[in-house]
Amino acid sequence: MALKATGETRDKNQQWGRVNAFLGKYGIVLILLAMILAFSLLSEGFFTARNIFNIIRQISFMGLIAIGVTMVIITGGIDLGSGSVLALTAVLATSLAQIQTSATLKYPGLEVPVIVPIVVALGVGALTGVINGSLIAKFKIPPFIATLGMMTVARGFALIYSNKPLSQLTPEYNFIGQGALFGIPFPVILLILVAVVIHVMLNNTPFGRYIYALGGNEQAARISGVNTDRVKIGVYTLAGLLSGLAGLVVSSRVGSGQPGQGMGIELDAIAAAVIGGTSLSGGIGTIWGTIVGALIIGVLDNGLILLNVDQYWITIVKGTIIVVAVIIDQRKNR
Amino acid sequence: MGEDNVLVMEHISKAFPGVQALSDVQLTVRPGSVHALMGENGAGKSTLMKVLIGMYIPEEGEITFLGRKVKIENTQQALRMGISMIHQELSPEPYMTVAENIFLGREPLGRFGLIDKKKMMAETKALLERLEIDIDPNTVMRNLSVANTQMVEIAKAISYDSSLIIMDEPTSAITEREVAHLFRIIRTLKDKGVAIIYITHKMDEVFQIADDITVFRDGRHIATVPASQTDRNSLIAMMVGRELTNLFPKEDAPIGEVVLSVRGLTRNGVVDDVSFELRRGEILGLAGLMGAGRTEVIEGVFGIKPIDAGEITVKGKRVDIKSPRDAIRHGMALLTEDRKLTGIMGVLSVRDNMMIASLSSYSKAGFLNKRIIDETCAKEKTRLELKTPSMDQVIRLLSGGNQQKVLVSRWLLTVPDILILDEPTRGIDVGAKSEIHRLMSKLAQEGKAIIMVSSELPEILGMSDRVLVMHEGRVGGIFDRKDATQENIMRAATGHNELMAAV
Ligand SMILES: Nc1ncnc2c1ncn2[C@@H]1O[C@H](COP(=O)(O)OP(=O)(O)OP(=O)(O)O)[C@@H](O)[C@H]1O
Ligand SMILES: [Mg+2]
Repeated sequence: MALKATGETRDKNQQWGRVNAFLGKYGIVLILLAMILAFSLLSEGFFTARNIFNIIRQISFMGLIAIGVTMVIITGGIDLGSGSVLALTAVLATSLAQIQTSATLKYPGLEVPVIVPIVVALGVGALTGVINGSLIAKFKIPPFIATLGMMTVARGFALIYSNKPLSQLTPEYNFIGQGALFGIPFPVILLILVAVVIHVMLNNTPFGRYIYALGGNEQAARISGVNTDRVKIGVYTLAGLLSGLAGLVVSSRVGSGQPGQGMGIELDAIAAAVIGGTSLSGGIGTIWGTIVGALIIGVLDNGLILLNVDQYWITIVKGTIIVVAVIIDQRKNR
Repeated sequence: MGEDNVLVMEHISKAFPGVQALSDVQLTVRPGSVHALMGENGAGKSTLMKVLIGMYIPEEGEITFLGRKVKIENTQQALRMGISMIHQELSPEPYMTVAENIFLGREPLGRFGLIDKKKMMAETKALLERLEIDIDPNTVMRNLSVANTQMVEIAKAISYDSSLIIMDEPTSAITEREVAHLFRIIRTLKDKGVAIIYITHKMDEVFQIADDITVFRDGRHIATVPASQTDRNSLIAMMVGRELTNLFPKEDAPIGEVVLSVRGLTRNGVVDDVSFELRRGEILGLAGLMGAGRTEVIEGVFGIKPIDAGEITVKGKRVDIKSPRDAIRHGMALLTEDRKLTGIMGVLSVRDNMMIASLSSYSKAGFLNKRIIDETCAKEKTRLELKTPSMDQVIRLLSGGNQQKVLVSRWLLTVPDILILDEPTRGIDVGAKSEIHRLMSKLAQEGKAIIMVSSELPEILGMSDRVLVMHEGRVGGIFDRKDATQENIMRAATGHNELMAAV
């Protein structure tokens, strides 16, 4: 009698276990689909190819930063400086990509191939990451403080470098943000490419596993022979590089580099990562989760605007969703 | 039945995804008795106790406590009813003082509802004095050794004045001296009618302290017997389901040339002028009382903490070891003492935890060779009889002993020449323990050199070719296998050793 009952409970329990595991893994995808469905019903213009591409293009630069910050959070750190680094790299790159007739021409007479602003943006972005990583690894400064410093410093440099928009850029440069290949917007291609590369790196290389190990237990990782300093610096450098890439994409998309660009984007990026299941305590997170998280934010922004919801309400809804995501995360990892 | 028992648990079943941790088990505890709960790693011992204190809700089963049917839904409720527990995995608040930890959640309040620190301090002091535990209540927890942390947890569990105290492997982190101390405390509790459920893998302890013994295997109740009516061998047979003859299967291995030589190792304040040599094929036991500096020597050799003086020579070459990476590069491996703090990466998978130290040798052109990694993991799983639903399981969810097995694998996979094992069989069941001992013996025969730190004298005596005994940060004596007797070692460990053996 008792035995029979046990058997039944076991089956039921295993079923629940499977349901739970499924929800834990794909729950956010279901939420995304539900949101898409809801907005499609509520607003005519929402579910059109044009608008969908629009959403993806809109999240593309935030997505790039979110991928970087996901890696950082997996190590148990945080990056608050990405928006400012985006602005700094945007003004640096655009100053090297203006056409000679530009009204705000920074360097009259200077004409360089498009590769130069690209390399400068990526290089400076990576450099800010090296600085962040070194401060954190070598000088033991908490990531929150180190990158908060970078947030104000990089923004300051951007403003010093140019306090007005640097516009009228070369067509080659503008292609980065406005062009398309095979009908797919170039920023979207970039995002997918970066996502795949980082995903593979995280899952299929020793360095990728070290990133998780660092967040899982730094001491244990160090004793297991992981060069923890190098992994930290490496991760922040990659995140900086991606901020630089986002700077290129944003400035070429709007056709100008401005010192005020990317304000607050780091928070959206962190939100995307967290909604996508990245744990702020480190050791847990996936790129595809972050992409879904970014899509959720993008769909929310876009859908609510289409519904003429007040901008202030949008921020309130977004904030609430982030908190709920963290609550779910906490319960899952208890 | 029922009235004269403190606790009756019946038909308890509990499953986790992929694991049936308990199937229809029972447990009956008499007042004023010590009831030992035994079984292999993953048998479900801790799970049953967590059911009892309301951390897990079972799918099935009934609990009768002090003659009344109860439903226990959380730990606070269990505490109020009079059940407290010393957990297998210590979890103190690292930045709080000893007193704050003991009174966490029930701080004595004074005027304006503020915490009455004086009273808290005084009560903690009285408690520790009563239990003869020599720790200052003002110490911050993270500055305590693992053993002292354990003593604080013991004191805390006792401070609730419960009628039932659960001790889940309370002695895994302490040495014989503290074990004796704990047993004195337990006997006093017994005299007051307090019942104790005592989980351990150590046979000696069971026969010293237990009145009744219950054995679990694979989540099932196998037997409950009075301790006086069973013996070691039949107990082991019940636990592992087969006979296990040789507990310390140390076999002779050809001793070769010196592979590691440590001269004058000094870490100010903790290690003073320690020198020793380690040869190929040899197992060097490192014995000593708690706080004698054994782990501290190891930390210096492995580059975890900087050394202030001393020379380390590996295979005849003077080496400069500044970090664990250097040590690993020179062919060393270290299984650390504190599983949770420096061992497992809790939220990561079993696979990641197993492979982390050897990933670079399992990759080709910068990419991990996942097929070979999976094959390796599967092999390790069989070799150490690892109980896990899959390699993707988060390691935190394995039983304590199974976590330890994963860590042993981690280091064996680095194929080291010099293997340093700090309490390698802590929390491991008899079956797996003799398996790890056999493995050590085999590795020695293959020409590896092994240092084994252990607080378990039988393990030291059974496995070591030579024994180095530490005393207050220095070498108290080094004994060959034939001279290594319990008396000699204890004498050296307490500093009463006249015949300082030549190094
Ligand atoms: N929270 C959990 N989630 C999933 N599985 C779990 C969880 N807790 C325990 N288990 C599994 O249940 C089984 C029983 O575990 P338990 O911790 O009770 O073993 P144990 O007898 O205490 O072993 P040990 O001697 O190693 O401490 C194990 O297979 C373990 O992996
Ligand atoms: Mg246990």
